[in-house]
Amino acid sequence: MDDRQQLRDLALNDKGFVFDPLTGATFSTNPTGLQILRFLQEGADRSAILAGLQARFDVRGDDLTRDLDEFVSTLRRQGLVGQDFGL
Amino acid sequence: MAVTGLNATDNPGPGVGVVRALRASPEFDGRIVALAYDALEPGLYARDLVDDAYLVPYPSQGTEALLARLEHVHATVGLDVVIPTLDAELPAFIALQDRLAALGIATFLPTAAQLEVRSKARLVALAAQGGLPVPASRVVNDPAELYAIHQHVPYPLWVKGAYYGAERAWTPDEAVTAWHKVVATWGLPVIVQAHVEGEEIDVNAVGDGRGGLVGAVPMAKTLLTDKGKGWAGIAIQDRQALALAARFAEVTRWRGPFELELVRDRSGGYHLLEVNPRFPAWCFLTAGAGMNLPWAVACLARGAPLPDLSTYTVGTMFVRIALDQITTLDTFRALATEGEWHTTQETP
Repeated sequence: MDDRQQLRDLALNDKGFVFDPLTGATFSTNPTGLQILRFLQEGADRSAILAGLQARFDVRGDDLTRDLDEFVSTLRRQGLVGQDFGL
Repeated sequence: MAVTGLNATDNPGPGVGVVRALRASPEFDGRIVALAYDALEPGLYARDLVDDAYLVPYPSQGTEALLARLEHVHATVGLDVVIPTLDAELPAFIALQDRLAALGIATFLPTAAQLEVRSKARLVALAAQGGLPVPASRVVNDPAELYAIHQHVPYPLWVKGAYYGAERAWTPDEAVTAWHKVVATWGLPVIVQAHVEGEEIDVNAVGDGRGGLVGAVPMAKTLLTDKGKGWAGIAIQDRQALALAARFAEVTRWRGPFELELVRDRSGGYHLLEVNPRFPAWCFLTAGAGMNLPWAVACLARGAPLPDLSTYTVGTMFVRIALDQITTLDTFRALATEGEWHTTQETP
């Protein structure tokens, strides 16, 4: 399946509970991860996500970049996107 | 309505799930008759589910013995529908369906030919004909064949009985041991099938007998027993699994309930391991998710209008429970010695 479609299909709630309707798998994520998923569902690219996170959270640019890359790596590891997915 | 398969153990039969689904329909207004092979089948003692309980002869005793018993049940409490739920009894019920219909007892079953084409021994041929993705498999009637089986089926592999039972083997010696174990329990034929690593997904569906699907719900197991049976699961939105169920119904023109056992591998490929010609034990999930397939089969059998089966709620979960039912010695005695029990016999 298309990665963006798979991300759009994820069910998210405000407490960071994530449900993948394709596999039935459930996850929990912190507020930063939840916000990244919401940006991804909206189709945002890397720079838009970084700008959006910077506007919402009190963090420096290097930390943000590292957090985003780690989070995307987690999405790949959990099968929520394909192994080729990147930002 | 009569239902079989009340053996609700840690590897449960489908009967209790079917009964619960029937009772969950707002249109249900009748009595549930449990048909069991043993006086200790747990579902017989589910007082909130079963109104009348009868022991019936094992399939090995032949169709005439089963028919005579069903005639007795019908004369005593009246039956309008029978839903058999066990693989081994299906040939007898299929053979009897016209005679049952003549008595006024409706069924919604596959044909004998349909039952045979999805058997484990014939599944590879069906897959080739219908474009269904079945892992490499072979029927092995002589254990000596297992020493060269790797030329056709790679290790690790599963050694499976015709109806139930599967043993995993990594070497020829393990395969031979498993073969003898399966034969001792289930007899021939034995099927050897390549292991596929991935996530197991099951689909409960009902075919209309004309090549179409009446309804289908895919489920991912979220908790397994030590036997690998699902103890918890979740209804998922898996279009490919649903497409395979539709394809199976189209190719076989399947009539009645069935279950596809699938594995989705790490690259997203789907593999059809087995087709069970009946409801699975987890079929109550279909009712919980808003697509009550047992009730649909009861409607189809009677020619009654179908409920809305257009959608189900993705994310609906089941979590199984084992509990101790209390019964009386008198209830057990009646079942063990007279072969029947009715809630009307209970002392208030």
